[in-house]
Amino acid sequence: MLYSARLKERGAEIKLKTHIMDSAGINRALSRLASQIVERNVGTSDLLLVGIRRRGVPLAERIADKIEQLEGVRPPTGQLDITLYRDDLSTVGPRPVVNKTEIPVDVTDSTIVLVDDVLYTGRTVRAAMDELVDFGRPRRVELAVLVDRGHRELPIQADYVGKVVQTTDAEIVKVMLKDYDEDEQVIVVESE
Amino acid sequence: MPFIRKDLLGIRELSVEEITTILDTAESFKEVSGRSIKKVPTLRGKTVINLFFEASTRTRTSFEIAAKRLSADAVNISASTSSVSKGESLIDTAQNLQAMAPDAIVIRHPSPGVPHQLSRMVGSSIINGGDGAHEHPTQALLDAFTIREHKGSIGGLQVAIVGDIRHSRVARSNAHLLTKLGAHVRIAGPRTLIPPAYDRLIESSEGSLIVCDHIDDAIAGSDVVMMLRIQRERMSDAFFPSLKEYSVQYGLTLRRLDLAASDCIVMHPGPVNRGIEISSEVVDGARSLILDQVTNGVAVRMAILFLLIGRDGS
Repeated sequence: MLYSARLKERGAEIKLKTHIMDSAGINRALSRLASQIVERNVGTSDLLLVGIRRRGVPLAERIADKIEQLEGVRPPTGQLDITLYRDDLSTVGPRPVVNKTEIPVDVTDSTIVLVDDVLYTGRTVRAAMDELVDFGRPRRVELAVLVDRGHRELPIQADYVGKVVQTTDAEIVKVMLKDYDEDEQVIVVESE
Repeated sequence: MPFIRKDLLGIRELSVEEITTILDTAESFKEVSGRSIKKVPTLRGKTVINLFFEASTRTRTSFEIAAKRLSADAVNISASTSSVSKGESLIDTAQNLQAMAPDAIVIRHPSPGVPHQLSRMVGSSIINGGDGAHEHPTQALLDAFTIREHKGSIGGLQVAIVGDIRHSRVARSNAHLLTKLGAHVRIAGPRTLIPPAYDRLIESSEGSLIVCDHIDDAIAGSDVVMMLRIQRERMSDAFFPSLKEYSVQYGLTLRRLDLAASDCIVMHPGPVNRGIEISSEVVDGARSLILDQVTNGVAVRMAILFLLIGRDGS
């Protein structure tokens, strides 16, 4: 609600369409992702969680916390800023802000789980994979997302999905996290 | 994101927000130079021409490396090997380069204002790589970046700039930049090497820029000491009796450095005349950031190229 009100103030006509998850729902989805990640990778050895800026970063941290609760070991976490690897630099709006990429361990021979909030066209994930391989040669790269909203433009699929949501192109899936927003929820909005 | 410009011609016309944007962006680019694969695809397909009418090692190489780490194609032209030596005018050179559609041209020229003139003649982004004794904006930005990296911020710092102020575009760009960011700048050098133009700068600075008669007054208690090279190639007159005397009166020695704050850092834009404006012990000493400046130059120039030509239609 707050989000749509704020957009309205900026002059954009935004209508709230659906609530997808509340705070508890997000937490449950992340718990499930954490169990699936350790189940598939048989523990945490050589595991590295890498969040894609911005909202993938706190999600990766939370999943790492949950893996620690399950396994007693917290996998290392990193963060990627994919601005320099985008394929749409010439078409995005105002000049993009470049933030730091931080990969704390050697990625060679590790299993990397990329974490992002919403999987949409797949272009962000493509850029993230290009950036990752510039740091070394991971043994495997997997993808975990909180929401998969469809409409892929590249042959990319997630290995771990919090929730699949059917959307139209005009709709926007908004993941709001306490780290950056006033509220914690996932909503679908539409511009009129 | 307040940085929407075609060119980077000087520090004087930049706002504090624009300067901060460049420095913040450079921080992210510094990380790229620390990777094992020091290259990102950001400026793939862009062309950067380095057009140098004066000798340069650091600046030209730094721009070339910056362009290449962003995947742009860098072409170097130096006046001695170009058609300029066959008598081609600047306008003709510019129009011919423009016909090859570069995205950015980095120009260094002995005459002040040439980059500004070029920017009116061509559509490419123009970056001033030093124009006479006027400005050298990328050097001042990398100096500010280096100071910020070591001191946290620039506001409130005491900065001494010592040496050949008259011929120094570095001093002029730094005087603009550091006072804009709130530092107190003290200038020292032989009176013959402090040009009258500084009177106006000092007047408009409201006390944040002063001239000291003695180098020791400038250095006393300062957080940053920036030494300038004696530019013998630009000196047609006798500005001081001898190099030996200059070195005694204005050279930075370890003993003189004791006057500065205990955590003072020493900078020099290079190339260094060891034993003239600065002693070897200081150059190689623990407080010297001269090589950090060179490292940071690449990150700052990557940021500038990215901000100027990182996207089309600007």
